[in-house]
Amino acid sequence: MIRLKINGKEKNFDGDPEMPLLWFLRDVAGMTGTKFGCGVSLCGACTVHRNGQPIRSCSTPMKEIGDSEITTIEGIAPMHPVQKAWMEARVPQCGYCQTGQIMTAIALLKENKNPSDQDIDTAMSGNICRCGTYQRIRAAIHQAAKETA
Amino acid sequence: MKLIENVSRRGFLQGVLASGVFVLSARFVPEPLWAAEGDKAAALDPNMWLSIASDGTVTIIAHRSEMGCGSRTALPLIVTDELDADWSKVRLDQAVGDPKYGDQDTDGSHSVRSSFDLMRQVGASARSMLVSAAATQWSVSPKDCSTEPHFVVHKASGRKAGYGELAAAAAKLPVPPKEDLVLKSRSEWRYIGKETTSLFDLPDIVTGKAVFGMDATMPGMVYASIEHPPVLGQKIKSYDDKATLQVAGVQKTLTIDTVKPPHLFQPLGGVAVIADNTWAAFQGRKKLKIDWDTSSHSTYNSAEFRKTLESTSRQAGKVVRNVGNVDAEFAKGGKIVEAEYYTPHLAHASMEPPVAVAEYRDGKVVAWAPTQNPQAVQDTVATALGIKKEDVTCHVTLLGGGFGRKSKPDQVAEAAILSKQLGKPVKVVWTREDDIRFDFFHSVAAMYLKASIGPDGKPTAWLQRTVYPPINSTFDASSKYADDEMGLGWNNLPFDIPNHRAENGPADYHVRIGWLRSVANIYHAFAIHSFIDELAALAKKDPAQYLLDVIGPSRIVNLDYKEDEAEDKLKYPLDTARLRRVIDIAVEKSGWAKRPKVKGRGMGIAAHRSFLTYVATVVEVEVDNRGQIHIPNVWTAVDAGTVVSPDNVRNQFEGAAVFGTSLALYGEITATNGIIDQSNFNNFQLARMNHAPRKTEVHIVESDAPPAGVGEPGVPPFAPALCNALFAATGKRVRELPLSKTKFA
Ligand code: FES
Ligand code: FES
Repeated sequence: MIRLKINGKEKNFDGDPEMPLLWFLRDVAGMTGTKFGCGVSLCGACTVHRNGQPIRSCSTPMKEIGDSEITTIEGIAPMHPVQKAWMEARVPQCGYCQTGQIMTAIALLKENKNPSDQDIDTAMSGNICRCGTYQRIRAAIHQAAKETA
Repeated sequence: MKLIENVSRRGFLQGVLASGVFVLSARFVPEPLWAAEGDKAAALDPNMWLSIASDGTVTIIAHRSEMGCGSRTALPLIVTDELDADWSKVRLDQAVGDPKYGDQDTDGSHSVRSSFDLMRQVGASARSMLVSAAATQWSVSPKDCSTEPHFVVHKASGRKAGYGELAAAAAKLPVPPKEDLVLKSRSEWRYIGKETTSLFDLPDIVTGKAVFGMDATMPGMVYASIEHPPVLGQKIKSYDDKATLQVAGVQKTLTIDTVKPPHLFQPLGGVAVIADNTWAAFQGRKKLKIDWDTSSHSTYNSAEFRKTLESTSRQAGKVVRNVGNVDAEFAKGGKIVEAEYYTPHLAHASMEPPVAVAEYRDGKVVAWAPTQNPQAVQDTVATALGIKKEDVTCHVTLLGGGFGRKSKPDQVAEAAILSKQLGKPVKVVWTREDDIRFDFFHSVAAMYLKASIGPDGKPTAWLQRTVYPPINSTFDASSKYADDEMGLGWNNLPFDIPNHRAENGPADYHVRIGWLRSVANIYHAFAIHSFIDELAALAKKDPAQYLLDVIGPSRIVNLDYKEDEAEDKLKYPLDTARLRRVIDIAVEKSGWAKRPKVKGRGMGIAAHRSFLTYVATVVEVEVDNRGQIHIPNVWTAVDAGTVVSPDNVRNQFEGAAVFGTSLALYGEITATNGIIDQSNFNNFQLARMNHAPRKTEVHIVESDAPPAGVGEPGVPPFAPALCNALFAATGKRVRELPLSKTKFA
């Protein structure tokens, strides 16, 4: 039995300890805001926070989670300044990648209150957006940084 | 009036997937449009398209899919405007697949242009009925009443009534005939063409509540992951699932028959692993041992196939447009230029891989899928199971991207077939590897171009030949020549050249071929706009000016062949004035005339009309000393006629620049012995933030012309504009994509 804490709530899991957190979230816990895009840490669609740090839930087995605090998009109280900035910049097209993008952006802004374009590129380049909303993502992150400053 | 007993609301996809099907009339809203059938409830339901509840909530049917292009928002927004409703009081219901809605295929960049008039009529009809209801209540003439958002107003007496209050009375009134409808003038539009709205689903998207196909569930469902034949057409000889069945969470394995040509949208076949969750199904698949039979497509090797295409492109093909006499002109001697261009297969790689949930019960199927075309789901599932199309209900979720892939519902049929075998609902989830290896691929293509050059440097004759396995091969295995692809930038060259011939050569298919965002325009525009840039360089002319010179004077280009539908030709003539205008704008906004001429930096231009929209794109490129390509700026000018949502148009064209970057820099799918070599984002790369254009400026031409496409037309000019910029920056001419094949250092 694995115990873990997701968005402040205790959860138990007695399935395959090798199962990645992504599939626990989606198929077991029914929390579908975290997306499946590649399964191998290449796209960022599955990004969640572990103790505030962005991780790829598709490549994090349940057995490795231990006592760490997991935060998913469902654990972000709306409207977070990053979500607000996303709305104002009208970032999304299909929207599928956007929860992962937002989770990465929130983590970035926690570490770096006023990121440069370069900082944003570095932090965000693990998150693919096939619809191509990068320019709006960059603008929204700058905007959110301003709001929270 | 039809009563809505079961008006499903936004959020209808949450939890158990209940069905909220509206019953009702036919597409082009026949008169008497929506006959009254009762007045039991205060819900106005003028036809299948909209209803108004007594609290004023307006529910509009979205009959096209949302895959990121904004159709689900744009069409109801048009209804809202003509209804003169308040958008904040509007809810959307996503239509199930049903021919009563007319064509529901969200592709070809045609949702707005095909539905614009109809959506306006729907809104205007309901508005007229609300006005009549108020006028009757107040004993005044409807002519003296007007509307402001969500209210009917009688100015003279200062009376005012909300749409919700009027709904019950309005529902009893006859529906006005189409001829009596008074549509708003453009100046009265509150939403169309304005910056005031954003995507309907935006709040749900940023909070993770939006329901995509990947998120759909049905009670009691199991999960399936399918090992498809590695080579198209391979059958299972035998397989061993012992190790698979040992995997925790795996329930059993099932087989799906290998599809016979024509492949249509039918499943490829293979072995399905059924499990308690997606992960277990994926793991179980890894342990399968399958012995596959041979297939005639095992001979497919991309390097050899390229040679075949190229040699075909050097021989006379089927003529698809002929002006003057190119042969006579070539025979005169003089300066002849020839060039060959090549582009590989591409995969769609929507961020959401193909997925579907379906339940077969008592001879009927209910499916939930991220599909561009729920009616194709009905057809495909019905064919696969031998049931009637009417017995297939397809609910449409949001799509995590589509780009043409999701108009082909093979994965929905897979779910339905497995559900029938299992007797419970099945969710089929494709991995990214499945998505890339088993796509309906964008075609590989070879183009041959030849021109003779007059003394003024302009072409006097222009021959262009294009060769690729046609999309039709998916529907008719014997098909070797292109069909609709010809209208996608090949039989409609808008150049003022006295002698011109366009040809198409035959090719065999070895993988499933399908549409990908802007389709054949991608390779056609690449060849044409690279070639014109080559000719400009030879003539030592400014490429933008040369392009304008070759396009020639403002005129309607005579297209005496099938371009799109005949209706489109009349409504949307190919107007070089509009093409010239977008070039002028792109040139001006980019500061083209003052561009620095330094080594390693350059600008390139291309202008292409597709999906009836005129687009000119200037790309600025920087090549560093390691040969790495950077794209600091893109300027795109767009004339898409009447635009519903300018911000969405900008977003589409910004995205098209990124899509164009992906295909230009990295996009390549190859096959070895019939097996696709790429599998995930490591070897089928997509542009990430650090390599995408840093800034894309989109300039929309104000226009009263009928609406044209916006989802796709930004893509075709991008790659040639980028390659032309690279020529300006480095002197290196690129004739094949992707650019990763060419060394710039
Ligand atoms: S799904 Fe985890 S990085 Fe792509
Ligand atoms: S918005 Fe569609 S993938 Fe990012």
